[in-house]
Amino acid sequence: MNLKLHVWRQQGEKDRGRFVTYEARDVSRDMSFLEMLDVVNEGLIQAGQEPIAFDHDCREGICGMCGMVINGRAHGPRKATTACQLHMRSFEDGEEITIEPWRAAAFPVIKDLVVDRGPLDRIIAAGGFISAPTGSAPDANAIPIPKQKADLAMDAAACIGCGACIAACPNASAMLFVSAKISQLGLLPQGQPERDLRARKMVAQMDAEGFGTCTNHGECEAACPKEIRLEFIARMNRDFIKASLADRGESKRSEGAG
Amino acid sequence: MELRSNIPSGPIEQKWEKHRFEMKLVNPANKRKYSVIMVGSGLAGASGAASLAELGYEVQCFCYQDSPRRAHSIAAQGGINAAKNYQNDGDSVYRLFYDTVKGGDFRAREANVHRLAELSVNIIDQCVAQGVPFAREYGGLLANRSFGGAQVSRTFYARGQTGQQLLLGAYQALERQIGLGKVKMHTRHEMLELIVIEGRARGIVTRDMITGQIESHLADAVVLATGGYGNVFYLATYAKGCNGTAIWRAYKKGAAFANPCFTQIHPTCIPVHGEYQSKLTLMSESLRNDGRIWVPKKPGDTRRPDQIPEGERDYYLERKYPSYGNLAPRDISSRAAKQVCDEGRGVGPGGRGVYLDFADAIKRLGQDAIREKYGNLCDMYERITDENPYQVPMRIYPASHYTMGGLWVDYNLMSTVPGLHVLGEANFSDHGANRLGASALMQGLADGYFVIPYTIGHYLASTPQQKVEKGHPEVKRAEASVAERGKKLLAVKGKRTVDSFHRELGQIMWEHCGMGRNEAGLKAALDKIPALRERFWHDVTVPGSDADLNQSLEKAGRVADFLELGELMCRDALERRESCGGHFREEYQEEDGEARRDDDSFCHVAAWEYAGDDKAPIRHQEPLAFENVHLTKRSYK
Repeated sequence: MNLKLHVWRQQGEKDRGRFVTYEARDVSRDMSFLEMLDVVNEGLIQAGQEPIAFDHDCREGICGMCGMVINGRAHGPRKATTACQLHMRSFEDGEEITIEPWRAAAFPVIKDLVVDRGPLDRIIAAGGFISAPTGSAPDANAIPIPKQKADLAMDAAACIGCGACIAACPNASAMLFVSAKISQLGLLPQGQPERDLRARKMVAQMDAEGFGTCTNHGECEAACPKEIRLEFIARMNRDFIKASLADRGESKRSEGAG
Repeated sequence: MELRSNIPSGPIEQKWEKHRFEMKLVNPANKRKYSVIMVGSGLAGASGAASLAELGYEVQCFCYQDSPRRAHSIAAQGGINAAKNYQNDGDSVYRLFYDTVKGGDFRAREANVHRLAELSVNIIDQCVAQGVPFAREYGGLLANRSFGGAQVSRTFYARGQTGQQLLLGAYQALERQIGLGKVKMHTRHEMLELIVIEGRARGIVTRDMITGQIESHLADAVVLATGGYGNVFYLATYAKGCNGTAIWRAYKKGAAFANPCFTQIHPTCIPVHGEYQSKLTLMSESLRNDGRIWVPKKPGDTRRPDQIPEGERDYYLERKYPSYGNLAPRDISSRAAKQVCDEGRGVGPGGRGVYLDFADAIKRLGQDAIREKYGNLCDMYERITDENPYQVPMRIYPASHYTMGGLWVDYNLMSTVPGLHVLGEANFSDHGANRLGASALMQGLADGYFVIPYTIGHYLASTPQQKVEKGHPEVKRAEASVAERGKKLLAVKGKRTVDSFHRELGQIMWEHCGMGRNEAGLKAALDKIPALRERFWHDVTVPGSDADLNQSLEKAGRVADFLELGELMCRDALERRESCGGHFREEYQEEDGEARRDDDSFCHVAAWEYAGDDKAPIRHQEPLAFENVHLTKRSYK
């Protein structure tokens, strides 16, 4: 099939950027979306032009590196599918496709479709962990964990940190991402000692990075390639309120675990 | 070049404990005076960087991705082995050690493998403490499944995303140290040179992939955890960015490269479907717990799978290897798949595929049970192939997946360049000529969490060093060579794209140095690769500049190195005149087609020393002694 692509090109953070139109000819239905872009790029290189820069790595939907807004939807039209796992059979011959980078104030564009998602790492660094220095662990079966809880923790842990939830949200809120980690670790017995502190620190970092707030649009859940559910945001809010109240009654000397 | 393995004396089960006592320590207050560079942030790199920082060392960690969480360990699906014996089915540290030595076809170092088996139990404890949500039984205890080459259930897993969950555990430990200021993380930085001063590794040169800036970073020791080089085949289950550049630069600075021809071709990947194909996708070996592999008995049978009656199907793994059946090791399963396809019995377009069929398991356990175990894999298969594996058998074919070869290291995981340590897939040490399933995650984490924290302390405590300044002539020379190479790639301005060269190299490697190898083919490859390399440097085109994000330039540098590394692989495969594990020389096989090892001539590690661009590399040998697991013909029948 033949397609017309409108691709966002931007030389760097300071460049204003613009859409450029390309023809993609003889595209196979069995190609992945990124393979289609590879073919376009091979053509551009041979014509002496710079190829379209886009992030990608594993191409099997797990590393979370790829991410682009395709026809207005983060990762494109197919549910629960990253851009790298989207195949051209989801499109029609003659279709026009608009391709843009993630749009969020906290994610500056580096080049074309490549953005800086560093804020997500900084949120994890602020508190998205269980402090368990190497060597200090008890036997793995010492603490049984009910299967239902372990399974729910795994549902939350499936987040790949791609940022689609933020790109899809009208407020560019990172709450689905943050809540997934708070929920995973908060569901497990190992995560209890730092549960309050974790919620406070991660939320504070999220706010400091300039992400918006949640106004219950639910676009994040719809865009999430790993189907992380909105209910985790409710969990996070509960933890955060509880933690904020508990904070008043805590010794200030106990801080510093993170 | 001298290969001193530094294996401790004494009985195998006491070597590591004895060594831990004998190694020198750096006292807690002095650790912050030492700096360590960690290149790579996968399982080995992230766990190593976090553990070293927890001890108090000043750590700098580098990755080419935008976040350390993206490293390709994340894509490991099936599981991680550990000799916990939670199933009460006869497992033990010794059995895991035995299975791994035998699985590697007697080409790994016994002492390293035993240590790996010992540490496997600590890894599971560590990961659970970090909040890794492993699969559990209803009673709340950890669940296990089986993997190839083992007759016990010792594989721990988190659905089909075990690598993801283990990596996120290590990543979170690493981010904690970044938050505490103990690790300085450099994302989107690619290591392009090793700095060696007075014979010791003292730093690296990187390119900032956003600004193009060439920078040097100096330290008291350098650790490479940069993964394998299986992308030399172009089509592979690796991430697109995985490359051999870091280890290749180290090789050219004096680190011996061990057993480069030992590559793993994984039996269960989604077959190639078009010329534009950019990568191959693995379908986890765990699927072979419940899926049965078969092809039609008759060559050229084009009936739909459900039209082929039971009696006309050949469940060839169950037939040839009754005691292991569909869970025969990877090298054997891959070769068997190639064999039936060579006989014209392959299925799907092009005849390069075999069925992996869940019909029996669905009948026995129900579709829901299969969905719970493998749901995400089946979804992924459907997204890629547009076929529903619950209704139609999966079609699979072998693909490049892992490299057992890598930089030579001693028992302390130090290469032949003092101060340069190598962890995980990037080293050669634990898997011999074939890696068993669910053992890569185990090795990466054992090296990072539990080996390097001890051995690097020993190196630092026993090696007095002067501080190196950035103005040192060797540092300047290394920076200049990196900058010059980038300019050279941009200046060729030829007609062919980098990918087209990479694809051509991949075809040569797959044809001559893939699942079946022979003297004539390897010699042909040794003619073709230098010629291709010559053409690359005369006809490649790399648009853009070296002063900003330039993905073509990044790829060009990596492919230039693969064009040299591929040649070394073929050379190694040619010299190893035996068949063992993943290295199958067609001239050396039994009448039934099984591999014929030659222990008299080749019971050794081949470690290659770089001798200059215009000289042949020198092949050294480290003899392997099997004092515990006796050399026998490997049989899974």
